Amino acid sequence: MAKSRKFSADRRKFLKGAAVAGAATLAAPGETAVARPAARVTAPLQDPRAETGTPPEAEVLTTDHCGSDFMVDVIKSLDIEYFCANPGSSFRALHESIVNYGGNQKPEFITCCHEESSVAMAHAYSKIEGKPIGVMAHGTVGLQHAAMGIYNAYCDRVPVFIVVGNSLDATQRRPGVEWEHSVQDAASIVRDFVKWDDTPISLGHFAESAARAYKIAMTPPMEPVLLVADSDLQERPLSEKDKLRVQKATRTSPPQGDSGAVAEAAKLLVAAQNPVIVADRAARTAAGMKYLMELAETLQAPVLDQGGRMNFPTRHKLNLSGRGRPLIAEADVILGLELTDFWGTVNSYRDQLERTSRRITKPGTKLISITAGDLYIKSNYQDFERYPEIDIAMAADAEATLPALTEAVKRLITPDRKNAFQARGAKLAAAHDAAAEQARKEAAYGWDASPISTARMSAELWAQIKNEDWSLVSNGAGGWPQRLWNFDKYYQHIGGSGGAGVGYGAPASVGGALANRKYGRLSVSIQNDGDLMYAPGVLWTASHHRIPLLSVMHNNRAYHQEVMHLQRMGNRHNRGIDRAYIGTTIEDPNIDYAKLAQSMSWYAEGPITDPKDLGPAIKRALAAVKRGEPALVDVVSQPR
Amino acid sequence: MKSLLLILAMLAGSQNPPAANAPRGDAQNGKTLFMKYGCYECHGREGQGSNATGPRLNQNPITYPRFVAYIRKPSGEMPPYTAKVVNDQQAADLYAFLQSLPKPPAVDSIPLLKQ
Repeated sequence: MAKSRKFSADRRKFLKGAAVAGAATLAAPGETAVARPAARVTAPLQDPRAETGTPPEAEVLTTDHCGSDFMVDVIKSLDIEYFCANPGSSFRALHESIVNYGGNQKPEFITCCHEESSVAMAHAYSKIEGKPIGVMAHGTVGLQHAAMGIYNAYCDRVPVFIVVGNSLDATQRRPGVEWEHSVQDAASIVRDFVKWDDTPISLGHFAESAARAYKIAMTPPMEPVLLVADSDLQERPLSEKDKLRVQKATRTSPPQGDSGAVAEAAKLLVAAQNPVIVADRAARTAAGMKYLMELAETLQAPVLDQGGRMNFPTRHKLNLSGRGRPLIAEADVILGLELTDFWGTVNSYRDQLERTSRRITKPGTKLISITAGDLYIKSNYQDFERYPEIDIAMAADAEATLPALTEAVKRLITPDRKNAFQARGAKLAAAHDAAAEQARKEAAYGWDASPISTARMSAELWAQIKNEDWSLVSNGAGGWPQRLWNFDKYYQHIGGSGGAGVGYGAPASVGGALANRKYGRLSVSIQNDGDLMYAPGVLWTASHHRIPLLSVMHNNRAYHQEVMHLQRMGNRHNRGIDRAYIGTTIEDPNIDYAKLAQSMSWYAEGPITDPKDLGPAIKRALAAVKRGEPALVDVVSQPR
Repeated sequence: MKSLLLILAMLAGSQNPPAANAPRGDAQNGKTLFMKYGCYECHGREGQGSNATGPRLNQNPITYPRFVAYIRKPSGEMPPYTAKVVNDQQAADLYAFLQSLPKPPAVDSIPLLKQ
C-alpha cells in the first residue's frame, strides 16, 4: 500500500473543502468562489496544473487506514472464512479492505455472478461447516436479488452473515446511480426473514452489532442476520485518535428442554408399545446424529428421517424412513425432533375437487415435540405450517436435549421393557431389510430405459463414489440416493433449500463443495435442469475459485413439480390436460448443459441418453474432479 | 398417491385376472395417451413409478373396473380424470398399454443393485 499523508479529518469535512477549492480554482481574479456554482470535485484534476503542482486538497483522498479496514478486523475476529459477493460500489471500500488490508484471507472474496448465488453458497457452506460465512451486496438492488436466497436460509434455519452497503447521508451521495442504490432502511425488504438486523452509525457500533449479529445467528434456531455498512462509515479515514475495539463474539449454549418435560417424555417413550421418532432438522452437527442413534437404539424405536439434515444413517436397521405412513398410523407415541410440519406428519391431506384432511394416528396417540422453532416465530411469512396439537411441547433445541432425554429413558427401563424393546428391534430390523430389498427391486423397473431412470442414474453414480470420502451437496433426484446409498456421515447429506425457492441447488452445491474442499472430500451433486437455469453463472464461480465438484445433471427438460398442478386444474375445470406442458417444459430448444459448463471451463460430457454410456462418463468426470476441476455429466432423465 | 399404491398392492392379490372384464384397448394409443396426458410425469415413461410422486404401474396388477374407478375418483393425490377428460375407450387404451409393459430384468442380474 502506498505511503500517504496521515489525515485525521473526517470525510465530510474533506469533501466540503475539496468542493470549495474546486470552485476557487475556477474563479476569475476578483471574484469569490461562492459567486459561481460549485464545481464537481473532479474538476481540478482536469487542470494541467494539478499534475505538476501540489493540489493539497486532492492529496487528502488517500489515507493509510479507513473505516472498512476496521470492519475487516471485526470480520476476522468472527473467523469468517469467505465473503461471497458480486461487486458493488456501495461496499467498494469494504471490498478493497478485504482484498488489500486483509490480504484476501479469512475472509477471502468469492466472486459470484448473482446475489442469490452468493446467499445459497453461504447457506450450504454453513450446513457443512457449522458456522456462517459472509455475503455482501448492495443494500438495494443486490439485496433485492438476494432476497429469495435469504428466505430459503431462513426457512432452513441456517446462519448467514450478510453485510449490505448503503449511502445514508444524502449530502454525500454521488449524483446519479448512487441515489438509486441508496435507501432509508435497507434491511426492511428482508426483515421478515432475517433474525436480526442493524444499521450502525459508528465503527464502534458496527463492531458491537457484528458480534451481536453473529451470536444471534448462531443461537438456535439459527438464522440469517444482516448489517448495513454505511459507505461513509466504510470510507472515512481512521485516525490514531479513534479508539476502537473489536468486541468478543460469545456463543450461547443452545436451549435444552425443561427437565420435567424431558422426564415426562421419557416416561411415555419407555411405556409405549409402538413409539416412532421423526426427525427433520434434528441434527445440527455430527454429534446430533450420534445422539439420535443412541436414543433410537436404547428404545429400539424406528426413525423416520424427513431429510432436513443428515439425522440418521440410511442403512441403520432402525431407519424405516420409507415406511412412514404405516408406522405413524400404528404409533402410540410420536417424538418429533425439529419438525417443519408436525401437523402434516400426522394428518393426510387431499387436494381434489374438495380439499379434505384427516388425522392418520390412532385415537390417544401422544405427540411429543422438541423444536427451537417454538422459540422464534414471525407473523408475515407462513413457514410455521398448520398448528399441531401436541401433548408435550418443548421449546428447545433437539440436539441439545437428546442426551438428557436418552439418560432419562435409560433410568426408566426395566428388564421387562428391555426384553420388549429387543423383540421390537428385531421386527424393525426385518422391516428395514425388506424395505431395502424392495428398493432394489423397484430400481430395476425402467433400468434400461431412455431417458434414463433416476434410480439407474443414482446407482451408476453410487458405483463410482462409494469408495471415496463423498458428500452429496445437492440432491435433485428425490429419494433414490437415500434408498440405494450408504449414508453414514453427517456431511454426506445437507438437506434442501428450506423455502423451496428454485435456484438453490446449483449455488448450494458450489458452496457445499467450497466447504468440503479443505478436507479433500469429493463433493457430488445431482443437479436439476430448471434449477441450474436460474443463475448458471455459479458454474464460472466454481471454475474461477478452483472448487472441485462432480455434478450429474438430472435433465428431465421440464419443471415437473408444476405439471401436476396444471393437470389438476385442467381436470378440475373439465378442460383436459393435454396442454399442461405449456409453460412447464424446457424444450424447443433443448439446452446443451455440457456446452454451457464447458464455456465456463468445466470438464463436461453429454447429453447422455443411453444408460450404458452413463457409468463410463461419470468415471471420466470423476477423474477430472480428482484433478481439482469441476465436472458435469448431462443426463437426459425420466421425470422423477 | 400413496393411497393408490395401497389399493394397487391390495389388488395385486386379487383372485380375478386383472385384465378380466376389460374392454378391448389399443396399447399403442394408450402409450400415446400416457405421454400426452402426462401420466408419465409421475409414474415414469416405463410405468416404473417414483417414491416421491406416483406409484409403479408396471407389473402392478389391478382390475379394469378398479382402474377406471380410481382415475375417475382417486383417493390419493392424483388429479381426477372425468369421462369428459379421459373417455372410456381412452381409459381402456391406457389400461392396455399398462398391461403391455415388459417385466424388468431380474434384480440379481444387475450388479449395480448389489452395492
